[in-house]
Amino acid sequence: MKTVRGMAVVILIAVAAMALFGPALAPFPYDRQFRDATSAPPGGRFPLGTDALGRDRLSRLFYASRTSIVLAPAAAAISVALALLIAPLSLSRVSQAGRMGSPFRAAISMITTVCLALPWIFLFIILRAELPLDTGPAASVLITFALMGVAGWAWPARVFSASIGQMERSGWMLHARATGMGPWRIALVHGWPQLRAVAIAQFRILVPAYILAEASLGLLGLGVAEPLPSWGNLLRDLQHPDLVRANPAIAAPLILLVIVMICLEALQIGQSGPETGAARAKAMGEPV
Amino acid sequence: MRKAVVTLAAALAPILLVGCRTAPKSGTTGNELRFSIAGDPKTFDPLQISESHSETVRDLTAGVLVRVNRVTDALEPELAESWKLSEDGRSIAFHLRAGLKFSNNSPLDANDVARTLNRALDPKEASPVGDAFQSSAGKPSVTVTSPLDVSIVYAVPKPGLDRLFETLPITPRPGPTPAKLPASAGPFFVSEYRPGEYVRVARNPNYWKRDSSGHRLPYLDSIRIDIQQNHDIELERFLRGEIQVVEKLEPAAWDRVEKAKPGAARTLGPSLDSEFMWFNQAPSRTLPEWKRKWFMSAAFRHAISLAINRDDIARVAFYGHAHPAAGPVSPANRFWFNASLDALRYDPTTAAKALADEGFVLRNGALYDKDGHAVEFSLITNAGNAARENTAPLIQTDLGKIGIKVNIVTLDFSSLIDRIARTLDYEAALQGFNNVEIDPLDDLNVWLSSGAQHAWWPNQKSPSTPWEARIDELEKEQASTGSREIRRKAVDELQRIVVEQEPIVYLVNPDYLYAMSANVKGAQPSVAPPHIWWNVEWLKLE
Repeated sequence: MKTVRGMAVVILIAVAAMALFGPALAPFPYDRQFRDATSAPPGGRFPLGTDALGRDRLSRLFYASRTSIVLAPAAAAISVALALLIAPLSLSRVSQAGRMGSPFRAAISMITTVCLALPWIFLFIILRAELPLDTGPAASVLITFALMGVAGWAWPARVFSASIGQMERSGWMLHARATGMGPWRIALVHGWPQLRAVAIAQFRILVPAYILAEASLGLLGLGVAEPLPSWGNLLRDLQHPDLVRANPAIAAPLILLVIVMICLEALQIGQSGPETGAARAKAMGEPV
Repeated sequence: MRKAVVTLAAALAPILLVGCRTAPKSGTTGNELRFSIAGDPKTFDPLQISESHSETVRDLTAGVLVRVNRVTDALEPELAESWKLSEDGRSIAFHLRAGLKFSNNSPLDANDVARTLNRALDPKEASPVGDAFQSSAGKPSVTVTSPLDVSIVYAVPKPGLDRLFETLPITPRPGPTPAKLPASAGPFFVSEYRPGEYVRVARNPNYWKRDSSGHRLPYLDSIRIDIQQNHDIELERFLRGEIQVVEKLEPAAWDRVEKAKPGAARTLGPSLDSEFMWFNQAPSRTLPEWKRKWFMSAAFRHAISLAINRDDIARVAFYGHAHPAAGPVSPANRFWFNASLDALRYDPTTAAKALADEGFVLRNGALYDKDGHAVEFSLITNAGNAARENTAPLIQTDLGKIGIKVNIVTLDFSSLIDRIARTLDYEAALQGFNNVEIDPLDDLNVWLSSGAQHAWWPNQKSPSTPWEARIDELEKEQASTGSREIRRKAVDELQRIVVEQEPIVYLVNPDYLYAMSANVKGAQPSVAPPHIWWNVEWLKLE
């Protein structure tokens, strides 16, 4: 298990390094059009060939990795942070009438359900259409990922609220409440530290989800604006099987995406295994 | 138990019977042509058609009085044996063939022509076909003078009156119960419709036309029109031989078809369609006044036009299957194209000089106007059109070379239309026009300054520039005369003005590409719709 994790870490670091330093290594600017060498096969000047506009696929892959690898985790962090902020609201408190319960729990649960049910891809298309037109490509990519981050709070929130439901039954929670701690204090001292492992797992799940969400928007032609490359808009060429047959290197971004996703999964298997989870629960007096 | 078996047999009987009845039919499919359209026809009533899928079915089934030969552009007799257009272009008299019949065996005479035309003109019918038969002085009067003669008289000259009748399919007298699939007087009639699957049109045994050896047309027994939204699947099915015709071949697919079926991918050269961009000149709250000033300057628009490499757009975005445009009318439109116009030039040096003359300054590779505003605009286009999506970055790069920054914004189609037609909240737009009509009268709404489709500034109360006023005059002139020569002069001048002012910067005319199996004979495809189907009665499968 350890070696798998180690390999995953090494690969992720390598991909991150490529994303950071790739643009410096890229043979050409990502938007340079070699109009006499369109849809060129791999080899010679262009190790991965060129796209329909004669742009070097390798250079575009380097730049795209930067866009996707930096921004997807940022968006995932936004979602998880929002969900963590909302989580304490569903902690039970003792009302003046002496009854236990959270005044917000039902409402939060309902809002979460609504958010999970919304057809986000269509809402994004509408939102994208409403953005000011003079938004440059760089700003539009930031906005796209920021929107995904903000809109994605409901997924981790649902998981956190389930965890909180379990915590409510624990001895330490009763103890904390008995000493007169308010929900925010409980969240700060006990709740958030307890949610740490779950939050990290959620973060890892969301990163590839956002990379794929941007890819889906890119497939619709609505994600990151031309000429800026992202994994999403590079994946668009995969829609044409004959193009891929002619130049299999077109699949390079897909392979990279799959590798990154597998590595992120592998990290997860390594860390929050049942052993550590149970041990920690025991240590904290949680019912196991 | 016994009863159950009997019930089962009774339940199966109709199915078995239907099976028996359809079995011999499948034997005739050897002479059935197949192709596909992208969606269900909304109607089979030829007077109510407003979209292309229904139009395709109409093109195969319509019995019309006259028809334009798409190869020679001559008007040819169909149901009418002869006709006479008056000198002043106000009236026309048709003499029908004797013994005509609809596909349901009911006879067709002058009364059917009069009834069809009156139905099309009836405001209650709201027929899109009927609109074209209206004139500035209202409806024509329709008189049946004998069972084979009908005359139509307008109060004012009606331009293109004779050719107009090509659009009027003669419909049979409605029966006591409305027929689900209408009978027709064309080469085929709609015989079967399975929503979402296919429309089958079968040979009309009563169609009047015969070939030189006296054989009754059409040659084909039937045509099956599959409903297939996905063009990739359509192409795949063509390559497998399941359909014989692809009406519109994407430029990117050309090489693939050529490789799989040499000779099956075919081109007619430039089509009537054009790709173009334009700047928003309408007063809009969201458009800064200084940008509007650039957009309203003909010199600025010329410079943009000169800086765009149209050869590259044709070669790269259209895989070589497009030609640089010469103006608003495609050179493929042999009758109306102003032949004195040349393809629009690519000359970035002159473009840069012209901008400098206008007070624009180039600093560190970026262009600024007289007042120091960086020259930068957004170009909106729709997602889903591969060639157009590739055209945008080519323009972006070309304009970048003269210091202009272009932001490309790809929108879904309805948001795009909303911006260019309703809110006018945009700076520049990249679009294309599928020209379905050779006659420029069809574009009245685009060129009249009061027109709703006057792209750069729609619905003007009065023309904002002298040249727009002149275009209005020319359009009114050509819309109110029956003389083709006078109209031609007006249309020539209009093209000249549009090229001089460039309110719309024309880019390329995509080629008309289609795919057809080698065993389909008799087709004389044309750039004018219905490209392949206009002489459908002559098509053969070998």
